[in-house]
Amino acid sequence: MAKRIVIDPVTRIEGHAKISIFLDDAGQVSDAEFHVVEFRGFEKFCEGRPFSEMPAITARICGICPVSHLLASAKAGDAIMAVAIPPAADKLRRLMNLGQIVQSHALSFFHLSAPDFILGWDAPPATRNVFGLIAADPALARSGIRLRQFGQEIIEALGGKKIHPAWAVPGGVRSGLDEEGRARIRQRLPEAFATAEAALGIFLKALESHREEALIFGNFQSLFMGLVAPDGGWEHHGGRLRFTDSTGSVIADQIEPARYLEFLGESVQEASYLKTPYFKALGLPGGMYRVGPLARLNVCEHIGTPRADAELKAFKQMGRGAVTSSFLYHYARLIEIIAGLEAIERALEDPDLGSGDLRADAGVNSLHGVGASEAPRGTLFHDYTVDRSGLLKSVNLIVATGHNNLAMNRTVAQIARHYVQGDNIPEPVLNRIEHGIRCYDPCLSCSTHAAGQMPLRIRLVGPRGNVLREVVRG
Amino acid sequence: MAAKTLIIDGKQVSAQDDATILDAATDAGIKIPTLCHLGGVYDVGACRLCLVEVAGAKKLFSACTTRVAEGMEVHTDTERLRKYRRMTLELLFAERNHVCSVCVSNGKCELQTLAWQNGMEHVGYDYSFPRWGVDATHHLFGLDHNRCVLCQRCVRVCWHIEGAGTKNVAGRGARSAIIDDLKQPWGDSETCTSCGKCVLACPTGALFNKGSTVGEMSRDLNKLEYIVNARLKKQWIALE
Ligand code: SF4
Ligand code: FES
Repeated sequence: MAKRIVIDPVTRIEGHAKISIFLDDAGQVSDAEFHVVEFRGFEKFCEGRPFSEMPAITARICGICPVSHLLASAKAGDAIMAVAIPPAADKLRRLMNLGQIVQSHALSFFHLSAPDFILGWDAPPATRNVFGLIAADPALARSGIRLRQFGQEIIEALGGKKIHPAWAVPGGVRSGLDEEGRARIRQRLPEAFATAEAALGIFLKALESHREEALIFGNFQSLFMGLVAPDGGWEHHGGRLRFTDSTGSVIADQIEPARYLEFLGESVQEASYLKTPYFKALGLPGGMYRVGPLARLNVCEHIGTPRADAELKAFKQMGRGAVTSSFLYHYARLIEIIAGLEAIERALEDPDLGSGDLRADAGVNSLHGVGASEAPRGTLFHDYTVDRSGLLKSVNLIVATGHNNLAMNRTVAQIARHYVQGDNIPEPVLNRIEHGIRCYDPCLSCSTHAAGQMPLRIRLVGPRGNVLREVVRG
Repeated sequence: MAAKTLIIDGKQVSAQDDATILDAATDAGIKIPTLCHLGGVYDVGACRLCLVEVAGAKKLFSACTTRVAEGMEVHTDTERLRKYRRMTLELLFAERNHVCSVCVSNGKCELQTLAWQNGMEHVGYDYSFPRWGVDATHHLFGLDHNRCVLCQRCVRVCWHIEGAGTKNVAGRGARSAIIDDLKQPWGDSETCTSCGKCVLACPTGALFNKGSTVGEMSRDLNKLEYIVNARLKKQWIALE
């Protein structure tokens, strides 16, 4: 008879990452599912609103990456107006996205992931967090917090507010960056570089003692998707889509983001509110792809700045064709911080940033508009259909965590297969499953509880759908 | 014109014969909160925010529509009035869908300003979340019924300053709505001169310039008064 064991009273369900691990008849892990239940019905209630309000509305989808939604939404608005935005506006938007990438990656590395590497898997959960890190290595923790602040300061210098800035608008941006703002950012760059380099050193050292994790934490074949420049270089805001496979071969290239639906199919997962897209031509499971830092570095040929390019070379050597271990998302993130800092350094010298020509003006010239941008976690699509007067008729959003959903399931299954024995999930295994999810840095509030472990709710499900065990933590 | 003497908040005030309590208070530097009142056009007493107490009378009077009387004793800032004002504001917020954080008038909205000036910290009534739409058919302006407080300032400027008579109110009670002409899309209106005075007059984000994003609508009410004054005083007409 199937037994159902529920451990721990369920005190707070909301904000938990919910995971089901499925066992086959032999008691082996056959599959896993990471349920995303936080999506808040934004698409529906945006209908009827003017498209010009969308950047600010969608920036509130997520307190974790408002800037990414803001930028993708403004771009979708540009497409509806069918305008080319002033060059300065594009440069300023790019600068903000770089600030966002730096701050978000710094959060992911220092606050959320580094405690695992530095304090170890088996450190007690009460200290295996950023506070434990502060106790163990105060200088490192402080520099990490300051690196995140640096990214936030760029966002603030441009948008005026750290979170939810309504600064990017259809047609351009609302304000430029004066010399004083530029000087402030410039002056903090050396420290930011030093922190990023130090983090790289720490990660590469940790990698030596985490060979096993690198092999098990989401190491499998998949496709990768990301924006690339016309010359195949690293992109984060402009450019077009490229798909590569795990041998590194390009299987689709320079695809206008507006055509994403021709290439992406959508599967529906029962227990998830997220859309889980796949590369249409290959169906499932072959069409599973990953997005985000790992994917961006896999699909690009070069970054275009010296320090990042040197590191990209070393990164590429970690795979045959493509780097296939999701554990190396961490590495990719650190490389992108360096790439971001170098790009910021360059951007600051551009006299255009002070330009007064920042916003194109137009009405509705196209009834459909798609905006794509690389959020720190991966490609973000905003797809709007409007009526003649600019009111939204339909909204489709695909977020990075949606793109990665299938790969996250695979990752959890792989980790579980390796560590779960019988129907028991001890704490260190929970930690590893948690970390497997963290590799993707999913944009869920549960994943960013910097002050502690990720609240988890894991069910072990038997072959007949019977729940064998349920573990709730946090 | 004869003058009348009255007492407002303990202060002796003299006002013109036909002045309203609001006029008299304003002249005396006493601030009474208002929302539907708009300098330059007649008052309708629609919002009830300017309610004041008059000694000897149980009921409350709207300062914008009540004329001064000799010896009148007016109180504009009592606990009872403060309570009613907060209630009125809460009801205004609960009636439609006011989402300040994404509104074109955020930070520049008269309703929002009144709410914090009058200590409205929360809305005690259930929000009614009605379904209202946006009319964005006009090539320059939009009307978001979700944010309309039915103050009719737009209607009054449209009729009495511009003289176009496009804007009107249709329906009853909570289903009342601002309409254009015979309730047709604003963009199809044959009377609208696209002068934009209604947009200038609107105290909330209900009427807006198309393309505006959060907090971008700022309105210069002085422009309306300037036009009215210029007309009344015939400032633009060269006298022979
Ligand atoms: S649209 Fe504005 S001015 Fe007109 S009634 Fe509504 S709130 Fe008042
Ligand atoms: S201002 Fe007097 S009732 Fe509105």
